[in-house]
Amino acid sequence: MAAHRVSPSLNRLLFAVKYASFQSGGCAVHCNAQYSTVHSPSEKTFDKILIANRGEIACRVMKTCHKMGIQTVAVHSDVDSSAVHVKMADEAVCVGPAPTSKSYLNMDAIMDAIRATGAQAVHPGYGFLSENKEFAKRLAAEGVAFIGPDTHAIMAMGDKIESKLIAKAANVNTIPGYDGVVKTAEEAVKIAQDIGYPVMIKASAGGGGKGMRIAWNAEETREGFRFSSQEAASSFGDDRLLIEKFIDNPRHIEIQVLADKHGNALWLNERECSIQRRNQKVVEEAPSTFLDPVTRRAMGEQAVQLAKAVQYSSAGTVEFLVDSKKNFYFLEMNTRLQVEHPITECITGLDLVEQMIRVAKGYQLQHKQEDIPINGWAIESRVYAEDPYKSFGLPSIGRLSKYQEPLNLSNVRVDSGIQEGSDISIYYDPMISKLVTYGATRAEALARMEDALDNYVIRGVTHNIPLLREIITHPRFISGDISTNFLPEVYPDGFKGHQLDLDTRRELLASAAALYITAQLRSQKVLGDLRVSSSPVECSRWELYVQLEDGSHSVEVTKSGNVYTVEVDGGKVEVSGQWNLASPLLPLTINGTHRTLQCLSRDASGRILLQYLGTSFKVRVLSKLAAEFNSYMPEKVPEDTSSILRSPMPGTVVAVSVKPGDPVAEGQEICVIEAMKMQNSLTAVKQAKVKSVHCKPGETVGEGDLLVELE
Amino acid sequence: PAVIREHRDCRWYSVSHLSVKERIDKKRTAALVGGGQKRIDAQHKKGKLTARERVELLLDPESFVESDMFVEHRCSDFGMEQDRNKFPGDSVVTGRGRINGRLVYVFSQDFTVFGGSLSGAHAQKICKIMDQAMTVGAPVIGLNDSGGARIQEGVESLAGYADIFLRNVMASGVVPQISLIMGPCAGGAVYSPALTDFTFMVKDTSYLFITGPDVVKSVTNEDVTQEELGGAKTHTTVSGVAHHAFENDVEALLNVREFFNFLPLSNQDPAPMRECHDCSDRLVHSLDTIVPFETTKAYDMLDIIQTIVDESDFFEIMPSYAKNIVVGFARMNGRTVGIVGNQPKVASGCLDINSSVKGARFVRFCDAFNIPIITFVDVPGFLPGTAQEYGGIIRHGAKLLYAFAEATVPKITIITRKAYGGAYDVMSSKHLRGDVNYAWPTAEVAVMGAKGAVQIIFRGKENQAEAEAEYVEKFANPFPAAVRGFVDDIIEPSTTRKRICRDLEVLASKKQINPWKKHANIPL
Repeated sequence: MAAHRVSPSLNRLLFAVKYASFQSGGCAVHCNAQYSTVHSPSEKTFDKILIANRGEIACRVMKTCHKMGIQTVAVHSDVDSSAVHVKMADEAVCVGPAPTSKSYLNMDAIMDAIRATGAQAVHPGYGFLSENKEFAKRLAAEGVAFIGPDTHAIMAMGDKIESKLIAKAANVNTIPGYDGVVKTAEEAVKIAQDIGYPVMIKASAGGGGKGMRIAWNAEETREGFRFSSQEAASSFGDDRLLIEKFIDNPRHIEIQVLADKHGNALWLNERECSIQRRNQKVVEEAPSTFLDPVTRRAMGEQAVQLAKAVQYSSAGTVEFLVDSKKNFYFLEMNTRLQVEHPITECITGLDLVEQMIRVAKGYQLQHKQEDIPINGWAIESRVYAEDPYKSFGLPSIGRLSKYQEPLNLSNVRVDSGIQEGSDISIYYDPMISKLVTYGATRAEALARMEDALDNYVIRGVTHNIPLLREIITHPRFISGDISTNFLPEVYPDGFKGHQLDLDTRRELLASAAALYITAQLRSQKVLGDLRVSSSPVECSRWELYVQLEDGSHSVEVTKSGNVYTVEVDGGKVEVSGQWNLASPLLPLTINGTHRTLQCLSRDASGRILLQYLGTSFKVRVLSKLAAEFNSYMPEKVPEDTSSILRSPMPGTVVAVSVKPGDPVAEGQEICVIEAMKMQNSLTAVKQAKVKSVHCKPGETVGEGDLLVELE
Repeated sequence: PAVIREHRDCRWYSVSHLSVKERIDKKRTAALVGGGQKRIDAQHKKGKLTARERVELLLDPESFVESDMFVEHRCSDFGMEQDRNKFPGDSVVTGRGRINGRLVYVFSQDFTVFGGSLSGAHAQKICKIMDQAMTVGAPVIGLNDSGGARIQEGVESLAGYADIFLRNVMASGVVPQISLIMGPCAGGAVYSPALTDFTFMVKDTSYLFITGPDVVKSVTNEDVTQEELGGAKTHTTVSGVAHHAFENDVEALLNVREFFNFLPLSNQDPAPMRECHDCSDRLVHSLDTIVPFETTKAYDMLDIIQTIVDESDFFEIMPSYAKNIVVGFARMNGRTVGIVGNQPKVASGCLDINSSVKGARFVRFCDAFNIPIITFVDVPGFLPGTAQEYGGIIRHGAKLLYAFAEATVPKITIITRKAYGGAYDVMSSKHLRGDVNYAWPTAEVAVMGAKGAVQIIFRGKENQAEAEAEYVEKFANPFPAAVRGFVDDIIEPSTTRKRICRDLEVLASKKQINPWKKHANIPL
């Protein structure tokens, strides 16, 4: 983006952005430093808006509503009755029990809520009813404004087959493929052979990676067809599938568009969302390192062409796949506010929710294309309640026993809809928050992200911060050399957490030893008791053994004031800090470098779970004596897990493919678990006979529950 | 070893002195290796530490002061009088030392000497340190690893057991007594740990039983292994004899050190206060949403306890037995407290025989040793049924009632949800001299749940549902108790920690004396 003219109003806006980010350094409240809602009170929109969603997006929408002086109505399921979005709203209506089909997708109940509260407009957020044409129609019939595009645009873009045809007609580059519905697995195989492998099988009504499979041969095509149609049926109530050429190693880059009801449309630059797992985005950034101004403009203009072709109004996103030669192909258009919209807000200074509300009321866009800047760099990490060590993230559930967002850091934005004490349940998306950092340069934004991830306290559920931190510090990511295959390419054997080198291992061992000594010394600080021995030598040197997974390390520690000097593995490490044993965060200075570690747990046997560089490491610190004695202690044999199939995540059993006595081959499917609407096939790890089956279809299972035993 | 070095530089020994000195050195050296290297190796092979290694790891470095290293057994039958059957110190190591600077007396049975069997001399050594512990007011930790009575000594050995039992009883309530079972402990020997305040075991290597599997087989014809009959799992989950089990010797000893930090030295000492890094006025926001809206839905009482106490540091006692009640030690603003809580996650948190006995013993320990008691109440009542009635729930339930009523230490009670029926009275209610009784907004203090109550009040009448709603409106909330002053305040759950810390400060000077009696008569 070369020099662009900045309009006076935008100038003011940019100043506000700067000012806000400058200010946020010292404030601990939830600052949305990176966009500003410059709302003019004379521009009347709505008195009351109902937000037909939950979680962070409902909260995000309400924030803007509050700034615009609009009353808000939350809808919620019974289990969500004390959720943050309910507390934030001016009014709240319970629309049904926990399952989404009975609450957040329950149009009758939501329509009743609209009537009961007199809401004039509905913001659907993303997911749920956001791209449901039926819902938009019903709202229109009752004269309630839908804060999103018109029904025909939703309809046109909601269907992948139709949208592709429209895109083609609007001169938007599209991917070669079969422009029709595929009926049977055999037909799928035939079409796949015509297009040429690899192919992508996806749900016509799909989105968010659900109901999507890639196939490299006929067998995979059949299997993919089966899974995709099942998933599509359960997720969207529509099992129609289509097939297209799968572009290997592409980048996923999308253009944010904003259009009004008067035929004006803008492109608000791109977001790169190439870091994905199972077609779901993990880390996004704006702008992209890959686009040059020419490509950006070309993509932006095509996106606007498409928007205009369907008379689009409101905010929308046109997704493209970009190959290594910067050829770009239209993927789909999302006719809603996108999850990753905050990074666009950061670099453009616009409040997209505010713009959507204005447009829905019928106002014209305030900006011209040349007013849209790229201001600095923004990165978003999606913080999920999931275990990144299992296929880059399998859902985990639990109660956030401790939760602290890193809002004490400057230029950090956290969009979340949960708080300490909230439950992450199997009913809803396991996203905890969107952590956004912003900087004048990409390097600055990345450095802040590193710091923010280190300072993010999440206890009670397994989360993906280890993976996020590894991604944003990986040399390939830093250099911008990424594609949608980034994760499987960088971690071909699955994600294993941060790999220590000599220096970082020393730092970790030294920090653990210093923490151990701090706790030991504190145990001796009995207050006001005259019967405590006054004589003991004030020890200031310790010989310890610190065990890590790779073995035991001999460590010597000396202490002077708050500074520990630790000799370990032939090196010397100096660690200092405040050493507060109650705080979950351990801000330390290690050899002059500031690092925030987290103490996840600590026990009397010297076991410390330390989060260091994002990954939690199991460490055990023993005195020299205890370590010597410990060598006599017998190793207890852990359970043989190859004969036992446990549920890797909480979910519902969809199918059990075996019964006791059945012989199974290695890799054979044993059962299918559905969690968060994803079907996961669990297979045998060895050839054996089924001994017993402990689950049946329809049953809800927890993580680690025994499903099937083999002989 | 340090003890020998003391004598090395002395120059004034005469020849006879020298020979005495040599003998001293020889004896000390012999005492240090117990039953000899072969038996020490065998002990290690079993995954067990030796008696001395255990003492060394349990106590602060170089703090152990040994006594009676020269004591030998006095048996002269069956060849026991021969020199090769004499071991200086006999089969137990005794003395005193410090744990984090705080005084403790220790005995550690030496399995390498006659299988740690108890001789008259062995018993005498234990009695000596127990007497000293009583005199100065310091806890006693026993590390048990003994095959049983020294059969060669006959009745003398039995007398020794009784001498120890008597001292266990005399010390009960005077100084804390902890038993750590690190090997076999069978026959009469089991009653010493049973009389102490806390019995801990080591998994896979320790056993406690009156009679072993062989005798069981011959008497009752039952086939049972040592582990099933009296292993750590049995006693921590089924019998309730042991209070905690640890993976191995090292873990057990390190954990006992940690546990010891919670205890006062004697009944004349206040509960210890340790430097605390956790803010006493910390608000715990997660508590505001922890109690589910549906009164039938469970939550984990441990979540409440762990977030309220200092640094989430909670040492649970009997975590695997009678899990419908949670008891254990924690600190509030550095000061040790005893926590009792109904556990809604297990059997709805009801009181039954086992949970009543578990709770009662814990409450009495706290009361005996000046440890304030914090009680979290969510109890639907006593468990009904023939099993409970025939088992004597009336007299066992009475124990918990008795213990709370009798306790004169500071008592703070928080009703988180249900406090129904007699169980409400029992759980440290205002009526049993609770000092501060709080209710959370979710509290329901009533005779019983709405459904049951309505069936009685409106028996045979129509409109049961309407009546139920009326009952819920009237009674399923904290007001009936609050208007009568049975709870002092209805508080925001997030402020619970702050309030408890503040109240404990005030209650530190609490003085309450029960009427004089020889001893009370708890319904045993």
